[in-house]
Amino acid sequence: MDSVASEVNSKMLSARIRKQRRSAGASSFILDVSVEVSPGITILFGASGAGKSTLLDCLAGLAQPDEGRIVTGNDVLFDSAAGIHVPAPKRRIAYVFQTLALFPHLSAEENVAYGLRNLPEAERRSRVDAILKAFRVEKLRRQKPGEISGGERQRIALARSLVTEPRVLLLDEPLTGLDAELKAAIVDDLRAWNAAKEIPILYVTHSRDEVDALGERVIALDNGRVVSSGVPMEVLNAPRRKKLAQAAGFENFLSATVLDLREADGVMRVRLGESACEIEVPLGYAVAGSRVQVAVRAGDVLLATEHPHGLSARNVLEGRIVSLEQRGTMAIARVDCGVTFVVHITPGAVRALELTAGRPVWLLLKTHSCHLVD
Amino acid sequence: MEALWLSMKLAGCVAAILLVIGMPVAYWLAYSSWRGKFLLESVVALPLVLPPTVLGFYALVAMGPRGPLGKLWIALFGHGLAFTFGGLILASVLYSFPFAVQPLIASFEGVDRRLLDASAVLGAGSLRTFWRVILPLSLPGVVTAAVLSFAHTLGEFGVVLMVGGNLAGVTRTVSIDIYDHVQSLEYGEANRMALVLLVISFAVLSFVYAVNRRVWTPWPAK
Repeated sequence: MDSVASEVNSKMLSARIRKQRRSAGASSFILDVSVEVSPGITILFGASGAGKSTLLDCLAGLAQPDEGRIVTGNDVLFDSAAGIHVPAPKRRIAYVFQTLALFPHLSAEENVAYGLRNLPEAERRSRVDAILKAFRVEKLRRQKPGEISGGERQRIALARSLVTEPRVLLLDEPLTGLDAELKAAIVDDLRAWNAAKEIPILYVTHSRDEVDALGERVIALDNGRVVSSGVPMEVLNAPRRKKLAQAAGFENFLSATVLDLREADGVMRVRLGESACEIEVPLGYAVAGSRVQVAVRAGDVLLATEHPHGLSARNVLEGRIVSLEQRGTMAIARVDCGVTFVVHITPGAVRALELTAGRPVWLLLKTHSCHLVD
Repeated sequence: MEALWLSMKLAGCVAAILLVIGMPVAYWLAYSSWRGKFLLESVVALPLVLPPTVLGFYALVAMGPRGPLGKLWIALFGHGLAFTFGGLILASVLYSFPFAVQPLIASFEGVDRRLLDASAVLGAGSLRTFWRVILPLSLPGVVTAAVLSFAHTLGEFGVVLMVGGNLAGVTRTVSIDIYDHVQSLEYGEANRMALVLLVISFAVLSFVYAVNRRVWTPWPAK
């Protein structure tokens, strides 16, 4: 057991970084985080401007933190106290940029071989062949990046980074703009590759779908701070910050006033906005009379055309459909209960229940679908 | 024709020298984050606004037997620098400096920064990044720099007259030769030389613009 633990430890990336970004405007941004990335895929999640790319640049050595320490395994890459700053070319940290940054004047093969100049010719060729095959792009070896499709470019960028056998891989939204199927195929190839190498992979995204598809662990970043980390279900299903909740796909944000706390039941009653609606939400750090924010996913709201009874859902609100629009395979209803809720339903349900604007309806909310956010 | 050959030789030497020393200067000006960079930028651009006679005058003073450069040259080679082909090259290099450096800066700055980052995280130091990424992607700028400094040197008059004088086969370039012919009222001869210079200059500029508009390229298609 000990040897397994030390094996994991010897590959772990751990970093404590503080960096102030001085911009032309008055507001300056401070990144102040402490992260540990163990072998496997860790998602770095956050809205744009949360500091994800700055963090990656610091880890790769392209930007220098004002203060902190970056360690992979037993090697110190950066230590402000000891005056250590290993330059990017010597870090062996691979980085796939959002723009991919393939060299436009070099063929796919030359791009992939770029990081291997210290190897003898024969070995270089065999490594390039192997990785091109692993990422299914061996047919494109003589093409320039401008001549191949988006998904293939992404594969080549991954291959170019991984062929150098890095000790850490940083991916900055490398799969944006691809359809789900292609994305899944590339992720499978990446997983297959990492099954053998077992290096820490830090994968930046702000797409909820990618988190669900990839996530083993999530680090959620907001405004330069780590706001939560853990398994995706815990981090993203109960976001504690509004910005993060928005990014994680919560459509309803309601300000509410706490009426009373029921510690024994682990719940509290709140009144929504200025309306008469009262609902039960999980107990939070609050006292009667204080204001809280409640986030609810549009997909977590049930809709009924008659007053429901005999249900476990504690919150039943009466209202009226204000508008109904169909977007793709989903219908979006706005329901006025004194406060307006956005509700997602299937087009089939719209037909079956004969829903139209103006129709009276009841909304059902499970207590634990109501999340308190800062 | 001796004058034309001399002009070509001078312009070729100057263009070659400027490429070699212009690249590090342009690299530094394109990528340095030093706050006082504007000072060097101004110095580099000075020959654009100064009358050639001013530049020629200072060059002549510096190269003269009592000037610092002249003294050094005499100590090294036993003869002066003023009114020699070497002196002409030196003065022309100064005079055409912005014509080489500015296209280089523009094309270096045009290279996507993320490509340089990508090169760095793949283990390449700045020198390798320069040779493998920046230079190949700046080729139109390099061609422009070489051709413009060649053409500009070919057409210069004031600096050559100040520093080189008018010694047949040594410092008498085409422009000086034309001036000579006009002075001696040999308009036919002057016209012949002027026309040659006009045609060469037009051809050279057409080449530069064609390269930059990518009508065709002097290297294999990308």
